[in-house]
Amino acid sequence: MLLMDSSTKISFNRCIRDGDLVIVYERHTMKAVKVCENSVLQNRFGVFKHSDWIGKPFGSKVFSNKGGFVYLLAPTPELWTLVLSHRTQILYIADISFVIMYLEVVPGCLVLESGTGSGSLTTSFARAVSPMGHVYTFDFHEQRAASAREDFERTGISTLVTVGVRDIQGDGFPDQFSGLADSVFLDLPQPWLAIPSARNMLKQDGTLCSFSPCIEQVQRSCETLRSDFTDIRTFEILLRTYEVREWKMDHSKVNDGNSTACPPRKRRQPSSEASVGDNASSSAVMARPSAETRGHTGYLTFARKCVS
Amino acid sequence: MSENKPESGPTVNPRVTWEGCSVLLDINDGDRLVFARLSAGSTLKIGNKTFSLQPLIGCPFGSLFQVESGKEKPYLSRFIPPTEENNVQDEGGCQLQEESRDNRAIIDNNQAQSLTGDDIDAMRREGATGNEIVEALIANSATFDKKTQFSQEKYRLKKQKKYAPRVLLRRPFSRSICEAYFKKYPARIGFLRVDALSLLLSMANVTANSDVLVLDMVGGLVIGAVAERLGGTGSVCNTYLGGKPYPMEIIRMFNFNNEICKRVLRCSVNDLCAVQNETSEQVSQHEDVCTMDSQSDEKISLSVSTEEVHLSYKNGVSDLVPENELSTTGKTCKTPKAGEKAPKEAIQSWKENGFSSLIIAAPEQDAWSLVKDLLPLLTYSAPFAIYHQYLQPLATCMNNLQLEKMAIGLQLSEPWLREYQVLPSRTHPCMQMSGSGGYILSGTRAYSNTSQS
Repeated sequence: MLLMDSSTKISFNRCIRDGDLVIVYERHTMKAVKVCENSVLQNRFGVFKHSDWIGKPFGSKVFSNKGGFVYLLAPTPELWTLVLSHRTQILYIADISFVIMYLEVVPGCLVLESGTGSGSLTTSFARAVSPMGHVYTFDFHEQRAASAREDFERTGISTLVTVGVRDIQGDGFPDQFSGLADSVFLDLPQPWLAIPSARNMLKQDGTLCSFSPCIEQVQRSCETLRSDFTDIRTFEILLRTYEVREWKMDHSKVNDGNSTACPPRKRRQPSSEASVGDNASSSAVMARPSAETRGHTGYLTFARKCVS
Repeated sequence: MSENKPESGPTVNPRVTWEGCSVLLDINDGDRLVFARLSAGSTLKIGNKTFSLQPLIGCPFGSLFQVESGKEKPYLSRFIPPTEENNVQDEGGCQLQEESRDNRAIIDNNQAQSLTGDDIDAMRREGATGNEIVEALIANSATFDKKTQFSQEKYRLKKQKKYAPRVLLRRPFSRSICEAYFKKYPARIGFLRVDALSLLLSMANVTANSDVLVLDMVGGLVIGAVAERLGGTGSVCNTYLGGKPYPMEIIRMFNFNNEICKRVLRCSVNDLCAVQNETSEQVSQHEDVCTMDSQSDEKISLSVSTEEVHLSYKNGVSDLVPENELSTTGKTCKTPKAGEKAPKEAIQSWKENGFSSLIIAAPEQDAWSLVKDLLPLLTYSAPFAIYHQYLQPLATCMNNLQLEKMAIGLQLSEPWLREYQVLPSRTHPCMQMSGSGGYILSGTRAYSNTSQS
């Protein structure tokens, strides 16, 4: 997934090969598939032979035996978040992107994370620290840790991520990381229990983030943070999406008061909104917020370790 | 002491300041934000006094400084807040149940404080510290004891900010730079809020070893943020319409080392789109003839413009006029320059392989006309993210991309960000909030038989 070297990088010269992980994009769903010369993909559009895919560029439209089609995309952490199997509730792009920015994670950083969960955020951390940094992630559930390890192998980031089985709330982070972490991320039911250990792990001015769905957890975490941390800030972030529609207006009825759009046949302006190939009527593109939207994911509390 | 600056490997993550480095000074907990370059002669003005910034050189980022009265004049001294102070809030929490005071009897007639301005000046002349003045004000306030616990804390904080201001030494990073500009000069960065910036970087899959095409008309903030994520690998191509690159002064706040600066290259849209067989003379002719509007240059340069790069193409060779340094304190350290003209090999490589992603932040341009020209430069399945202040241009662009089948997975989103005050018994969303951080159109370039590379 990550562009570690020129052979994995997407480019005009790099086509789909046997063994690649691709994201199969149907109209409303996506899934991750490993390309295997002799395999097929079956869905409501028909049967797709993997062998047809090999040699085509990523981003191609491929057809089934029934004439239906899907797109094959190169995997990215964003796409992976949308297709991975949920063993736990995961973080989505709005929270993930804000966390990475606010924790100031850049290549070479050492990041500690607990819990691993389904590895959604972990994948983005790996991208951010690549190629010289590392992510040490911990989960107390042995099976989930194993599933996460498998996923990181599949997506090709296992050289950047080490998964440990450990109860961070009870035992804290391992001493070997003391004073070495640039950032610590906590997604735990009782993060205040892990905060003292996180403090020991962090470099001076290192960043910490705790993600909690409930405000009581946030209050308790902030109380605990106040002794050794500064710049404590809590946010929530949501993404509102818009739907776009083109509304063609018929200008045969000029006087009905509806035609506030550009007059017919005037297509000189480069910024005209007339759709391509449309001569007779003009159209307007309108946007409206999507009716369904997420109301809450969790509160993000950030802090910096005090400089002594 | 430039020897202290760690140059190990391509990472830039130095945690200690050095002479010549760029810093962000946070005065009184976010009340005022100032960018500065540290040198023996650089100064900072707080109120009506000027302080030397020399004590800040060689200190860790995150250090706190307080104004102290010196023998000759006040100076900035390193200050470590005692842990008791940080626990004041917690103590307040414990006493909450017993809080019986309220403000019913407090009348605001400006007569509660018995110390006059002259008294305070006299105290200062006698060498009283800021904290001592604050304590004296509290002792001489007739209404202080009648205030609630919270009210007392607020009062103390207000006096401390005035009489014992504190300066926090912050490291300039895309996060802090974006927040500072968004607070002070949002128009210069096209009202690009920090969460919108973070989304651009994620949605465009900016990572090490990628070749990112960026059209940045927000002062160089996006280019800087991309370069930060590349960490000295890959490349970022700063592209522009017409012959003159857009102002990029913000990039100089980042403290980029040589390795990272080398990766930031510039190339005009015309040069990128030029057919391979064209000679460089023909290319430079295009440059002169094609004058797309560069009015945005002037708009963005309204405030301090620290950098003007003049280019003249002669057979593909450009003569660069040296940039003007921002610092009024003069140059003590040569800062490496980002944004050099892309060499032929780089342009060739980009044409052969395609860019791995695209970010457009041109809040006053029409999105579709830019996307039309730039999308074909991306490799297939490459993600892109376009930021705009207004919804309509992105809606139109999205519609056109769908009709032309140029992209899939299109999403038009608006980030919503709210900050919370979290204090015992006083937890609520902050009273102030940003109304908008702009809109983002994201998607992935699709390949179809009609696509041309």
